[in-house]
Amino acid sequence: MRYLLIVLMLVASPLWAVQPDEVLDDPVLETRARLISKNLRCLVCRNESIDESNAGIAKDLRLLVRERLVAGDSNTDVVEFIVDRYGEYVLLKPQSGGSNLILWGAGPAMLIMGLGLSGLYLRRRSRRVETKMDALTDEEKARLQQILKD
Amino acid sequence: MLHELGHFALILAALIAVVQATVPLIGAQKRWAGWMAVADPAAAAQFLLTGFAFVALTHAFVTSDFSVRLVYANSHTLKPMLYKVSGVWGNHEGSMLLWVLILTLFGACLSWFGGNLPPGLKARALAVQSAIAVAFFAFILFTSNPFDRLDINGVPFDGRGLNPLLQDPGLALHPPFLYLGYVGLSMAFSFAVAALIEGRVDAAWGRWVRPWTLAAWVFLTIGIALGSWWAYYELGWGGFWFWDPVENASFMPWLLAAALLHSAIVVEKRESLKSWTILLAILAFGFSLIGTFIVRSGVITSVHAFANDPERGIFILAILAIFMGGALTLFAARAGALEAKGVFAVVSRESALVLNNLLLAVACLVVFVGTIWPLLSEMFFDRVLSVGPPFFNLAFTPFMVALGAILPIGAMLPWKRAKLGKVVPRLVPALVLALALAGLAWALQTDKSLLGPIGLLLGAWVVVGALVDVFSRTGRGGLGQRFARLTRLPRADWGKATAHAGLGVTMFAIAGLMAWEVEDIRVAQIDVPFPVGAYEITLKQVRDVEGPNFLSTMADVEVTRNGRQVALLQPEKRIYPVAAMPTTEAAIDYRLFRDVYVVIGDAQANGGHTVRTYIKPLANWIWLGCAMMALGGILSLSDRRYRVAAGARKTVGVPAE
Repeated sequence: MRYLLIVLMLVASPLWAVQPDEVLDDPVLETRARLISKNLRCLVCRNESIDESNAGIAKDLRLLVRERLVAGDSNTDVVEFIVDRYGEYVLLKPQSGGSNLILWGAGPAMLIMGLGLSGLYLRRRSRRVETKMDALTDEEKARLQQILKD
Repeated sequence: MLHELGHFALILAALIAVVQATVPLIGAQKRWAGWMAVADPAAAAQFLLTGFAFVALTHAFVTSDFSVRLVYANSHTLKPMLYKVSGVWGNHEGSMLLWVLILTLFGACLSWFGGNLPPGLKARALAVQSAIAVAFFAFILFTSNPFDRLDINGVPFDGRGLNPLLQDPGLALHPPFLYLGYVGLSMAFSFAVAALIEGRVDAAWGRWVRPWTLAAWVFLTIGIALGSWWAYYELGWGGFWFWDPVENASFMPWLLAAALLHSAIVVEKRESLKSWTILLAILAFGFSLIGTFIVRSGVITSVHAFANDPERGIFILAILAIFMGGALTLFAARAGALEAKGVFAVVSRESALVLNNLLLAVACLVVFVGTIWPLLSEMFFDRVLSVGPPFFNLAFTPFMVALGAILPIGAMLPWKRAKLGKVVPRLVPALVLALALAGLAWALQTDKSLLGPIGLLLGAWVVVGALVDVFSRTGRGGLGQRFARLTRLPRADWGKATAHAGLGVTMFAIAGLMAWEVEDIRVAQIDVPFPVGAYEITLKQVRDVEGPNFLSTMADVEVTRNGRQVALLQPEKRIYPVAAMPTTEAAIDYRLFRDVYVVIGDAQANGGHTVRTYIKPLANWIWLGCAMMALGGILSLSDRRYRVAAGARKTVGVPAE
């Protein structure tokens, strides 16, 4: 039984997210690597970035990102390099071109539409206030002033 | 035997639900008091029968009756009692049973506490509530029956266990609170549909709907906060929100419920925004159903793995289509009849609440589009892509920032017509203080990122604004007099200030945590200290420990600051043999202004261990803010105007002498 448990522990022992031996010596490059890997999806996981993931392929991708950075690539170069190989599925922040305009534009578009509609609604409401205010004759207004003073 | 009785009770409850969904509706149309009155005993009976079914299922879990398929698949004799009980709702079938139990509980509460409602509205609301129950009883009985027995000879020796990640007190309570929230929104929906059938929405309607919405929102707040807290301490790297589809599924109804409970105030106090409020009530519950669909159908990949089944997904989609389609059609036909009464100027509390609703609704839409976009994009544009946290952080946050920026002003504007010139000067101290704090933070921090200072600016502005708001309610006079009056303010005022301040605290905490977190990953050797932020961390020893149903590798980690010991932490790495699944148990030193978060990893070939250390500033403030929001909701719920309404019913019941 003991033996079985030990085997289980060995089999199931997870690969960690970023490992100490992956970390680059140059802290600036390492910070850039972390930033890039937070935006890249682990291909075999459910909705995890390669920065958090314990999967083997995530580790490979993390190492690949660092390799490219050490080779002198810029951040966008690295991302393009990986997208070329694995498709835009790896991007956790989708590109804004093409049909993705709908995704990126939905919020702002609805805000503008909503602002327009509620602006119209508010103006209609407030016009009624004015007509009501106008409904007071001068005499009534004077009386109102009197009451408010008291 | 008990088990079969439970199954039978569930079927009986479903049949009663059918009666309650039809007879009172006809009664209300024809004004037959007897037919309307059927709803009350039916609602109570539905709840009691479903409760009995739930007890029967719990009994099967507690006694580890492995002839029941569900118990066999999700429980184990070695599991501690708490998790045997929470195992009842730790799976698809059982959680659906809890879902309908809460649904019938709300129906029964409406029947018990709704004595002061007009009989027609009450009968209709109960009928609609019961129609929802019919749909979900059918869903359970036809697609996910928790009472199924295993069709094999003999009873299995032991069960297959529960996901060890879920064996946690925080997570044992997380689903019940979430369901109370999700299902609580069904009340707002039932009231909205009943009002549409009647064609009448007035101030009284607003007053009846608001407490239910508020209660649902409070439960959702607690449920979401518990889930996020659990993720923080259990998943091993201290994330608190992942923008996962299933999290979004609970967040969307929360946003809409927040909008609804604000617009219901306008209906209650000013008899305006009626049709918008009705629409929100329908949509808020609609998003609850969409959430259920996302969680149960598996069409969208999520880290929350539930037993997914396309057949179930289609069933829920049908429920969603029937209820949303029906309600929205009714809305289109009747909304025109809901005439608004109150008039108000462009600068007024009403307008501010319109803006609040707009921002919350747009924020909800952004979350919704982001959640379903991978599906739509693949279906219509043949582009396989992902939408993750970087998108949501960028697309969602601006709306929350705008909300926080206008909140203190909007909260202080008077109803009907207001002058900005009168309100804004009173908020100058709040703005000055917030700017000063943000400036200080910017000067003190080492890197020049703006995230932390802006978060502090916004948070302080909202919190101090809430204080100014509550203090301004005390009227004129000397400071002493005004402080004395503070204690006599209506609880709704305190609730409002507390909840708003809570939002500010959470906003500040999230920005602060994201901006000022320190992370350290390394191979640590025993007794060799290393610095992390202002602290020194020493790995003292690593040993093996045996738990009730797991094996653990436990480390002793000393945290010191300036040579003085701050904490002795014991992070663990556990393995649950039954599930063959490893988990990490982070050790956290909780303090007011920061958490020290230590995780132990694998042993290395050269004798050291991987150790991850995080200094997480303000982490606790995230959930402190959520707790304040929930407390604010509870304070507001206990306000006199709701209690008086309840009391008025009693006086009616006293027989004349």
